[in-house]
Amino acid sequence: MDHNFALYKTMLLIRRFEERLLSEFSTGKLVGTTHAYIGQEADAAGIFSVTEPEDVVFSNHRCHGHFLAYGGEPYRLAAELMGRATGLVGGRGGSQHIHWRNFYSNGIQGGIVPVATGMALAEKVRATGKITLVFIGDGTLGEGALYESLNIAALWKLHILFVLEDNRHAQTTPVEKGVAGSMSGRFAAFGIPVWERDTTDVLDIRSAADETVRAVRSGAGPASLILHTYRFSAHSKGDDPRSPEELVRIRQFDPLTVHGARLTAEECTKAESEVDAVINDAFVRADADPFPVLGNQVRR
Amino acid sequence: MPTVLDRLNLALHYAMETDERVTMLGEDILDPYGGAFKVTRGLSTKFPKRVLTTPISEAAIVGVANGMALRGLRPVVEIMFGDFVTLIADQLVNHSSKFRWMYNDQVRVPVVVRTPMGGRRGYGPTHSQSLEKLFLGVPGLKVVAPNALGDPAELLAAAIADDDPVLFVEHKLLYARPLLEPGKGDLIDFQVEQTGGAYPAFTLRPADSARLTIACYGYNFELARAAALDLLMEHEIFVEIVLFSQLSPFDLAPLFSSLVRTRKLLTVEEGTLSLGWGAEVAARAVERMDGLRVRRVAALDLPVANAKSLEDAILPSVQDIVNAALSLVS
Repeated sequence: MDHNFALYKTMLLIRRFEERLLSEFSTGKLVGTTHAYIGQEADAAGIFSVTEPEDVVFSNHRCHGHFLAYGGEPYRLAAELMGRATGLVGGRGGSQHIHWRNFYSNGIQGGIVPVATGMALAEKVRATGKITLVFIGDGTLGEGALYESLNIAALWKLHILFVLEDNRHAQTTPVEKGVAGSMSGRFAAFGIPVWERDTTDVLDIRSAADETVRAVRSGAGPASLILHTYRFSAHSKGDDPRSPEELVRIRQFDPLTVHGARLTAEECTKAESEVDAVINDAFVRADADPFPVLGNQVRR
Repeated sequence: MPTVLDRLNLALHYAMETDERVTMLGEDILDPYGGAFKVTRGLSTKFPKRVLTTPISEAAIVGVANGMALRGLRPVVEIMFGDFVTLIADQLVNHSSKFRWMYNDQVRVPVVVRTPMGGRRGYGPTHSQSLEKLFLGVPGLKVVAPNALGDPAELLAAAIADDDPVLFVEHKLLYARPLLEPGKGDLIDFQVEQTGGAYPAFTLRPADSARLTIACYGYNFELARAAALDLLMEHEIFVEIVLFSQLSPFDLAPLFSSLVRTRKLLTVEEGTLSLGWGAEVAARAVERMDGLRVRRVAALDLPVANAKSLEDAILPSVQDIVNAALSLVS
């Protein structure tokens, strides 16, 4: 029961954080862009429930859910997104470029994968026992650097888990128009074992993630986890060509509804109130923080 | 005297002996081949676990190096030909050079990417270029080039010790050149001044007052010296030469000191003329000194041809430098 509640609360934290974020754009407190994780929460919640705190994570443009499930502080993330000096990287990175402890993200599709592969190599050389996780999407499958990295990770038996979150759209391009052939075949061609799930049930995802993480930690070499999921919100803000009917249809896969059915009404209410307090505190505190000043940051 | 190649090879051996974080990556760098230009020769025999031969995957190799650097190692990558830096542009511009800044100085990226550049060996359009100009002015990335005057071993050791990413550009024709000694050979009539710092610049001052300053780096210092000799012998014109090791970020203080004396600047480089190193050097010099006269010598804005007659016509020559100097002082 406790871990069911914890998984639900993690997903709810991500959901409410992203909702608050999108709403703050209309209040003018946020500028630039963001990529909401709404709909995909079960992936991050499930995976980070079976990793170790010291494992290394490389995430992408849609990184808030990964960061919060990793254990990152909502306040520091909110401050970063609001361009405050107290943000995770002092306002220099914003939504797509964050770093905290062993968590890193960058906004370049494909390019992050060899970097994560090098991290896995470093951990192996230094015999730290840490594994590395890198998050890619169906859109990343179009990038050549990914395949160079799969080849190297397999050749050198690196302890890296490639997590492919297929949300069926690369920005506005449906997967049918962007990805030829088989997703799992791409990994299999390099001899990298594949775990594949088409579900938004966090318990299924947790179970698959547990197997893949164990496989990688055993030292046998890289593994891949393909999770077919749904993104409920636009790619970033307002770039969503899907029909209203489609957006309603996919809501039946809402991971909060699927997993929420396992909780009592009281537990759901408790999670809501705890999450609301955290998020409100994060955004209110961040909003009071100072903006960064260039003079204090420049080093020659 | 040892050659530039000897010194670079020695620096890699020394770095691996003295710092177990140093790791080599590159294509065909294992012995007995030891790399396409033999700079990594002997390393894989001595340090088999830390010299990694890679697939032909330039982008991934530099990406892997970035990840290793972020997690505590000090990788040194060889890109077999400088022409292939186009394939690593994303890693250098959007990863290596970005991480420290965009993560608010919480990380360091001690990566060295070594690569042979330049033509004059008949390798044709895609194996002869000097593409370093594409990476000048990228914030967070240093571009450094050895020459035969400063010690290439010290320069490469400094790059490996640097906490920031360095693109280390080795001109192919330098490898076989013996190191120069101040006061000897064609340096006999020059007084050599050297700046401090990891990537020093050198100012060569002639016995008499100079009428122009030649700014150059890398192999083109060889051409600049030959041109200086010709200008003195045939035209009785003394020149100062300012030789840079660090191309980017631009630190032109020694050049400005020389230009105060000569007020005439001639830049020499082997990359194509347009938007090159010389263009930025000249712009900065002119912004600083009203009335400065400037000429640039560089490759024609053409691909480098394979046939020697064409390659010679496209790349800058000693005579091109002499002609530009004469036009500058006329």
